[in-house]
Amino acid sequence: MNATGSAVPPSPVLKLQGISKSFGALIANDAIDLELGAGEIVALLGENGAGKTTLMNILFGHYVADSGQVLLADGVGGWRELPRGSPQAGLAAGIGMVHQHFTLAENLTGLENIILGVEPWYSLRSNRGKAEARLAALMQRTGLAASLDIPVERLGVGERQRIEILKALYRDARILVLDEPTAVLTPQEAEGLFAAIRQLAAGGLGVLFISHKLSEVLALSDRLVVLRGGRKVADRPTAGADRLMIANLMVGRDVAPERPDKANPGEAVLELADVRAGAGRNAVADLSLTVRSGEIVGIAGVSGNGQQTLAAMVAGLEQPASGSFRLLGTSGDASPSALVARGVGRLAEDRHRDGMVGDMSMTENLVIERRHDQHFSRFGFQRRQAMRQATETAIADFDIRAPGPEAPLRLLSGGNIQKLLLARALTGEARLILANQPTRGLDVGATSEVHARLRRAAASGAGVLLISEDLDELFALSHRIAVMHAGHLTPAVDSAGLGISVVGLAMAGQAGPEFSGCSEPMREAAA
Amino acid sequence: MIRFEPRSETPVVLLVMMPVISACAALALALVILAFIGAPAERAAGLLLQGAAGSVFALTETLTRATPLIFTGLAAAVAFRAKLWNIGAEGQLYAGALAAAAVGSGAITLPPYLMIPLICLAGAAAGALALLGPVLLKARLSVDEVVTTLLFNFIILLFVQMMLEGPMKDPMGMGWPQTAPIIDEGMLPKLIAQMRLHAGILIALGMVVLVHVLINRTVLGFEMRAVGGNASAARFAGIPVTATLVKTGLISGALAGLAGVSEVAGLKGYLTSDLSPGFGYSGIVVAMLAALNPLAVAPSAIFIAGVLVGADTMSRSLGISSYFADLVVSLALLSVLIGSLFTRYRLRWIRAA
Repeated sequence: MNATGSAVPPSPVLKLQGISKSFGALIANDAIDLELGAGEIVALLGENGAGKTTLMNILFGHYVADSGQVLLADGVGGWRELPRGSPQAGLAAGIGMVHQHFTLAENLTGLENIILGVEPWYSLRSNRGKAEARLAALMQRTGLAASLDIPVERLGVGERQRIEILKALYRDARILVLDEPTAVLTPQEAEGLFAAIRQLAAGGLGVLFISHKLSEVLALSDRLVVLRGGRKVADRPTAGADRLMIANLMVGRDVAPERPDKANPGEAVLELADVRAGAGRNAVADLSLTVRSGEIVGIAGVSGNGQQTLAAMVAGLEQPASGSFRLLGTSGDASPSALVARGVGRLAEDRHRDGMVGDMSMTENLVIERRHDQHFSRFGFQRRQAMRQATETAIADFDIRAPGPEAPLRLLSGGNIQKLLLARALTGEARLILANQPTRGLDVGATSEVHARLRRAAASGAGVLLISEDLDELFALSHRIAVMHAGHLTPAVDSAGLGISVVGLAMAGQAGPEFSGCSEPMREAAA
Repeated sequence: MIRFEPRSETPVVLLVMMPVISACAALALALVILAFIGAPAERAAGLLLQGAAGSVFALTETLTRATPLIFTGLAAAVAFRAKLWNIGAEGQLYAGALAAAAVGSGAITLPPYLMIPLICLAGAAAGALALLGPVLLKARLSVDEVVTTLLFNFIILLFVQMMLEGPMKDPMGMGWPQTAPIIDEGMLPKLIAQMRLHAGILIALGMVVLVHVLINRTVLGFEMRAVGGNASAARFAGIPVTATLVKTGLISGALAGLAGVSEVAGLKGYLTSDLSPGFGYSGIVVAMLAALNPLAVAPSAIFIAGVLVGADTMSRSLGISSYFADLVVSLALLSVLIGSLFTRYRLRWIRAA
């Protein structure tokens, strides 16, 4: 590996030359050149809409470029153009991709997933033995260990990801593209992945690494390429770059580092004591937590450790099986509509699945929770004028870029969708805000706007429960942080005295003395 | 090579023209097939047009045939908007017809201004009830409503046949399996002397407006569309999904039931087990052709009815099987499905590399 710019330049294996692609008036890629060497790790950075996805779709043949070429080294010193618009050709030429959302068949074993599609369909018996031997050698060589003989659904995310990578390597990938590979991993798991990637690169694999997380980019890559607005704005060695500089390159303006404002906690708006709820993987037990008005309490944890159940209770979708659960001082009706009426603003974890009806207009999505309000309906008939006015106000207040209030919500970018959903959650007098992964998939600019909104809401007296997998976000916003692991929650402790690594360890189930007493539920009063 | 690329937005012109183009494409394809079997295509097209709209008689026949199609088309449009796949309009039509015959053939006698609404209410209620079971099964036990509504069609039709052979058989019917006639007070008035066109078309058009208002202007319609658009987001936003599905089912079933009422009390005058030549199923085509827009259901139903009536005339004159009409209707459905692909995707030709 040549992390700090060793003298020998890597021999190039992939060249993108002058790739341009437009969708109608939108220029998604504008004459982008990109080169990747054997054994090189290149980080591809950019905000949402910068053109990363389009570029990768062109590389894989899902889209056809308007102009430009994808060239692959033919191994004897020459270059060969990759046929356009043919994913099969890309695979055959040794381009492997590990998607953010894994593409494994859950009911098949790791081995079956890996050899799926490689074996000819007409072969009567599968060459499992041969495949197993080859994979064993591959795992030995790369250090990517995974159990191959149990169904994938019973494996953890880290192991699934290793299977995805093995799948690409088994197909003789010379180029590996990783799309946000650490989005679902703990910091410790991410470290393991990085070690494996470094070893693969040392063996001559070219790695293209797409990420939003600047610290990872700095830790892993040899070179970084930044896209902004469809153009390449930077292509430089990673050595010598720093976080703020990359962030500024991505956004195109200065980004100030974030710190939480001073908390001004008032009365409790959310109180859980010894709550038990959910079932199976989502079961939670002994949950005790208090959120007061005027403060932001962050819940850290790798997804799938019970946050879903906690969020579902605060959103009104699930009721606790036992324990005391008090919202805004009462434990009465906690259905979604009752909560909305009482002033609970909720942001869904998966905004596309639970937050929005994509085919309905912005206006309809904005008023959906308050459709029965006197203001928005009379005798069962909707008051379209009032609805539209509310949307226009939200568009102006939250700086939403949209064709107009009647545009279907799905046409908006992720950041603008989230701003509309934030407008919906914050309207009226929201006294408790559930912000579940509020900036997942958003770019740097939209993220900082969402953060500013949440801070402002807390400053004006709302209590915010922030559930996030992004430690940078948690530390930037939260006054107190609790960590969720395997259905249990540590006490929420002051974030000022916490280190990221301490939280990371607690996310992996090893809570240190900083989260003292996590084996038995501790009352918030002690925190 | 041809590739489809998703459109970020669809031009309005395309949305409006798509059904029209699809309808024309269906007719053109049908004429190709006609030519293939050796019929004179030009004459066939002329006969079809003439049979559908060539005279006052032809026009009234088309509108008469369109009446049940408007009801069943609305029934499908309402249900499909909420992603409730009601394939059972045929059965609900018969349930409505059976109720209309039970109430209207002498059991009760009231003046027409009370009798007609009573018959309509009875038919609508029966149609709604016929869909209630499948909807509750879907909402409570997630049983696929496509299967249950489809199978209910056969159950209801067999039930109707049982009633026609037994308790509701007309004693004066000379042994035919049919109900006693609807009393005069219960019959929907004819609109034009000597023609079969009846007031059912007015009720149908009234329903078009009502359903349009329901879907696009009321909170209930909003909830139905939200449940259809994304049920899990609707639940998150506090919309009672099960209750909304039940309400949708009741409305859809009631509309299909009214189709049966209008056929029995408007056209035939009594119930037989061959009342509907598949109006319930054709309603699905009508609704798809209308892109589930209630206002477009009326023209869409009239088009399909015109094809059916015109093809009748044509097949009689040319000696072609009357199944030809079904062929055109099927082609229309296929054309619409393909057409709707073009509203969502852009077609691109690229040179082979």
